[in-house]
Amino acid sequence: MKQQPHDNVLTIMSGGAAGDGVRAIGSNLVKFIIESGYEAFASVDYPSLIRGGHNFSRMTFSNEKVFNDYSQIDVLIAFNEETIQIHLEELREGALILADKFTEEEKQAFGDRAIEIPMSKYAKESGAPPIARSSVALGALCFILDLSLEKLEEMLRVVFKNKKEDINVELARLGYEYVKEKGIKHERNFEPMPDVKDTLNASDTFSLGMVKAGLDFFISYPMTPSTPILHYLAARQKELGVKVIHPESELSVINMALGVAYAGKRSAIGTAGGGFALMHEPFSFAGIGEIPLLVAVVMRQAPASGVPTYTSQADLLFTVFAGHGEFTKIVILPGDAEEAYLAGAHGLNLAWKYQIPVVSLTDKHIAESVMSGRLDTEAVGMLPEKRAENTDENYGRYQFTEDGISPMAYPGAPNTAVKVSSYEHDEKGIAIEDADMTVRMQDKRFLKVNEIKKEFSELETIKMYGDLESKKVIVFWGSTKGAVLEAAKYLDKPVKLMQIVWAQPMNVDVVTKHLRDAEVIIDVEGNHDAQMAQLIRKNTGIEITDRVLQYDARAFDPIDLASKLNELLNK
Amino acid sequence: MSLNLSTKAKKTWCPGCTNFAILAAFQKAVTEMIEGGEVEKHNIATISGIGCGSKITDYLNMNTFTSLHGRELPTMTGVKAANPDLMVFGFTGDGSTYDEGVAHLVHAARRNSDINLFVHDNQLFALTTGQATPTSPKGFKGRSTPSGSIEEPMNPLLTVLSLGATFVARTDALDIENTKKIMQEAARHKGFSFVDIVQPCVTLFDTREDYKDKLYQLDGSHPTDDLAAAMKKVQERGDKIPLGVFYKVKGPTFEEQLLQ
Ligand SMILES: Cc1ncc(C[n+]2csc(CCOP(=O)(O)OP(=O)(O)O)c2C)c(N)n1
Ligand code: SF4
Repeated sequence: MKQQPHDNVLTIMSGGAAGDGVRAIGSNLVKFIIESGYEAFASVDYPSLIRGGHNFSRMTFSNEKVFNDYSQIDVLIAFNEETIQIHLEELREGALILADKFTEEEKQAFGDRAIEIPMSKYAKESGAPPIARSSVALGALCFILDLSLEKLEEMLRVVFKNKKEDINVELARLGYEYVKEKGIKHERNFEPMPDVKDTLNASDTFSLGMVKAGLDFFISYPMTPSTPILHYLAARQKELGVKVIHPESELSVINMALGVAYAGKRSAIGTAGGGFALMHEPFSFAGIGEIPLLVAVVMRQAPASGVPTYTSQADLLFTVFAGHGEFTKIVILPGDAEEAYLAGAHGLNLAWKYQIPVVSLTDKHIAESVMSGRLDTEAVGMLPEKRAENTDENYGRYQFTEDGISPMAYPGAPNTAVKVSSYEHDEKGIAIEDADMTVRMQDKRFLKVNEIKKEFSELETIKMYGDLESKKVIVFWGSTKGAVLEAAKYLDKPVKLMQIVWAQPMNVDVVTKHLRDAEVIIDVEGNHDAQMAQLIRKNTGIEITDRVLQYDARAFDPIDLASKLNELLNK
Repeated sequence: MSLNLSTKAKKTWCPGCTNFAILAAFQKAVTEMIEGGEVEKHNIATISGIGCGSKITDYLNMNTFTSLHGRELPTMTGVKAANPDLMVFGFTGDGSTYDEGVAHLVHAARRNSDINLFVHDNQLFALTTGQATPTSPKGFKGRSTPSGSIEEPMNPLLTVLSLGATFVARTDALDIENTKKIMQEAARHKGFSFVDIVQPCVTLFDTREDYKDKLYQLDGSHPTDDLAAAMKKVQERGDKIPLGVFYKVKGPTFEEQLLQ
């Protein structure tokens, strides 16, 4: 059994087959823990099937910010036998194991750490389906972790509203009483805080961010792990005032979104790498046609169908170079649920401000994880686009301007013809082939880059953490933020941490400033090719040779990452 | 102020191309509708794909959107959903809609968005200099099938009828008056209107002689609300090829249901 050097985090894992309620207990537990005044991060791990297989949900909590969950477990809830075998190596010393039943060998091996709780029996007797075992387990955990049963009941009444809430509350109470009688507790060295945070998931917050920026239509074809955005918005269409369409293919999705934008309504689309690959021709059309479009690309392990329900950061360069031809785009890399909110809002606003395609690139690790946090709702709103007023027959959709941004009019504007074309075109939007206009239009569109770079002083395109004086720099992006910031708690030397939030265009001056005189630079990414290091070299000429790369389709473990970083730092 | 529906763009169609006739029919159709107070010009949006016929958007002085090859239908659906006040037309080719974008045609037919699609069906890829499309006759000797195509042609009218299209018609590009009328009838129909335009390509596949004695107009005896009759009628393809509205029924539109 591995030791971990820290004592102010606790990690709870539930494991079982698909359909065992592993996800339900995972999401209820993290909500309960956060509402009880702790900071937490919870992830889910599941194979691409509907029933069976091995699933687990894992939550790490503390009294200080938790950026990522840990792989070493303090309490394991096993809904089947396999779970114990699979996670044996991850159990910390003194870890408790909760299960319906243990084998004789297990009882011998674990002694009084093996806690039998008649979860199935209680569920059966209550007339609830076996999945309700998870409420018994929640109740038991409530006592074991010294939390308030009253608070748990309150939460369950909300979560299971009109879905057998009485039974679930009763089952939780039975679980609680059962372990209370046996006096089973897990030691905890930290207390809750008075400032109770919110329970946030990046797919939900990204959606809410887009809504804040005036989203009218969300169009998407299901593909894990982007689907939670589609589900979230589809379930709340009326409440949020967003129309959600799931058409026949990704090609339909993006072309439909372009049609919506042409008619003057804000549209966004969501997909994973495979779906985005299908969208490239229309994505490039958004570039030349100057049609505002926000694309949420949520990565899973690729190539091709890859490992569908597992994470990856291997689509960075693919996204930065997305679409044939050369055109202006923005690629934002939110690293957690709070940043995903900003990416949703800024992404949509920027798409309309500059009339360009914008991509928010995230991955399964944050798209399906939950963390404690708070949304900066004051920081965002809907920014109006540059509109053409009182237009007439002289209106040209692609009128030349100083900043390259042409005022927009939409079909329906009296006496006006709004002409958009996927061909190179003149100011009126009529196809052209002559060399001079081809260059002028291309230059016009690239003029916008100068304007976009002005955002560098307004928005957080690079974020710095740690010891800003240090000459040792760790570079990372996207969901890897979580593991890096968590690992930073265990580093032997002071380091400067640099998160790249905008991949395109990159804030090159700031990146260069921090890397130029660095003694050690370590690049941490969830891919094989060190894609961010490549991008930084392309933009700054600086070569990063020390790398921690992981492409096993899993998120980094903070402790494991810390030991790898320490090795490089002590080299 | 007189209605000007033409841009200054130079028309790049071959001399004598039947696309000129389709353009004329459409301009007449909307002129009459605008002058009759049915629609305001700025509330018309015309979308095209890529191909000879699709160049029509450049020549129209109105709201237009020149989309990608095969992608006209989802764009039209998006435009209409975003602004249901717009009257939405689409002009494409048989290559664009029956080949590259056929999945969109399938779903447009069952979706019943209130949009109007006109397919310039010249039975080949013209702009790419003459290759077979799904409506080329079997044995068609194009530049990609020099020994003759080996695939059976599809019947697009039958296809969309089987999928629930609510307005299905065929017209002859050379008959400007009737094409104009069908375009207007399509525009007035609430729901997905599908019009296949028989279109000789005078340069690459001149079918004028072949069609001359075959085409005939449906008369009042054809019931337009009878799916079985429509499906039977659109399969008449031998010596006689019927033109006109085969099927026209009411159905809830996509937008009505979406925007509820
Ligand atoms: C994605 C894509 N594939 C291929 C082409 C090349 N292309 C341009 S027009 C055309 C065929 C057009 O045929 P059709 O739609 O029948 O129109 P027509 O030219 O006959 O009017 C093709 C294949 C393209 N523009 N885009
Ligand atoms: S090739 Fe055929 S369809 Fe194209 S412009 Fe010439 S005649 Fe018209």
